[in-house]
Amino acid sequence: MSPATRLPAKLARLVDALALMPDRQERIETLIRIADRFRPVPPELAQRPYPEENKAPACESEAYAWALPQPDGTLRFYFAVENPQGVSAKAMAVILDETLSGAPVEEVARVPLSLANEIFGSELSMGKSMGLSGMVALVAAAARRQAAENQFSGEDSGSG
Amino acid sequence: MSEIEARDYAHPEALVSTDWVAAHQDDPTVRIVESNEDPLLYPSGHIPGAVEVDWTRDLNHPVRRDYLDREGFEALMRRLGATAETTIVFYGDKNNWWATYAFWVFQLFGHRRARIMDGGRLKWQKEGRSLVREVPTPTPSDYRAAQRDDVHERAFRDQVLGHLEAGRRLIDVRSPAEFTGERLHMDDYPNEGALRGGHIPGAANIPWARAVDTADGTFKSAADLRAIYEAEKGFAPADDVIVYCRIGERSSHTWFVLKYLLGYPAVRNYDGSWTEWGNLVGVPIEKGT
Repeated sequence: MSPATRLPAKLARLVDALALMPDRQERIETLIRIADRFRPVPPELAQRPYPEENKAPACESEAYAWALPQPDGTLRFYFAVENPQGVSAKAMAVILDETLSGAPVEEVARVPLSLANEIFGSELSMGKSMGLSGMVALVAAAARRQAAENQFSGEDSGSG
Repeated sequence: MSEIEARDYAHPEALVSTDWVAAHQDDPTVRIVESNEDPLLYPSGHIPGAVEVDWTRDLNHPVRRDYLDREGFEALMRRLGATAETTIVFYGDKNNWWATYAFWVFQLFGHRRARIMDGGRLKWQKEGRSLVREVPTPTPSDYRAAQRDDVHERAFRDQVLGHLEAGRRLIDVRSPAEFTGERLHMDDYPNEGALRGGHIPGAANIPWARAVDTADGTFKSAADLRAIYEAEKGFAPADDVIVYCRIGERSSHTWFVLKYLLGYPAVRNYDGSWTEWGNLVGVPIEKGT
């Protein structure tokens, strides 16, 4: 079983597609095209200076993440990347938004930190791994909180 | 007097400004080389005419933990279209951390016509200068390299052991948390990790980034650098110094600072660094500050 099969469906498909790419250059070009789709968090949701609690730990690209609860109990993710050199962080932000927004929060909560290496390749430096994994950690933590909230709301309404 | 000359470095010719690079973009005797930690940066946009040297693909031996050999370096330089007369100007992300790493590897093969673009990629971007995605295809050269010289710029573990036993000076350029042993590596990422935390006994902890002016990513002046390395930490130009970090990349930045900006003649980079020392059986380790 591929590790990607344990991921939320959209993310698993992307990880599988990247794994099938025959060379590193093709993967890099794909990730750059993904990064080109990056749109920062809208100002009605967050304004500079962004709160420290939204900052991805160990990310030198100064990435921030926000998780907005949706009526169906899922989350919609938004990101800001303050370092103009943060191309990889932008690619990761787009991937996390496009594959995890709207996904079951229990699955998002289980996304492993090793996702960064699965997406960017094993030659990723430790520093880069730490920064990109910090973004994953932030998203997974928000999903864990939302899953607990959903459970509490369900129990609360059930005990009616 | 240029801004770089005004900083009173021992070898100001090792640095060029962003203005200089802009004026030499089409100079056939100059090859501009980008070296980054982030593999997505160069293909997403680079200085017009710049080629890429990737630290994992181009500088490392494909199998062993070592650098490329003479044949590999010749193949690299031929691909870059560089001759013995070509001035290689390195720049990159992370305040030129990876640019100085590539610069250091090039010195193992004696390519002395090498420079660093002061301020790196960030300064170029902040100045609003153009970046392009078009990848140049230089005409291959017939570059002939010398055998790699590991004696003058590189240190190995037994030499480091002898160095510390002789009471000579070392600089650990990692973060204070790595130096004290509080932090080894990130969970789930043991590939650059070590079994033991701490530092080589007697090493001074001077994080590499202290040499950089955070405002624009340029190197600090010689006076400011001397205040750190000499007044604060007690180093002197006559010292025989070995620098190290985790895998030898951050320490190449400090190697560059000491050798070219402050003019220390005897500085070597221990590229085995903590991922080797922290895994060795029986070597001395110091913890804490």
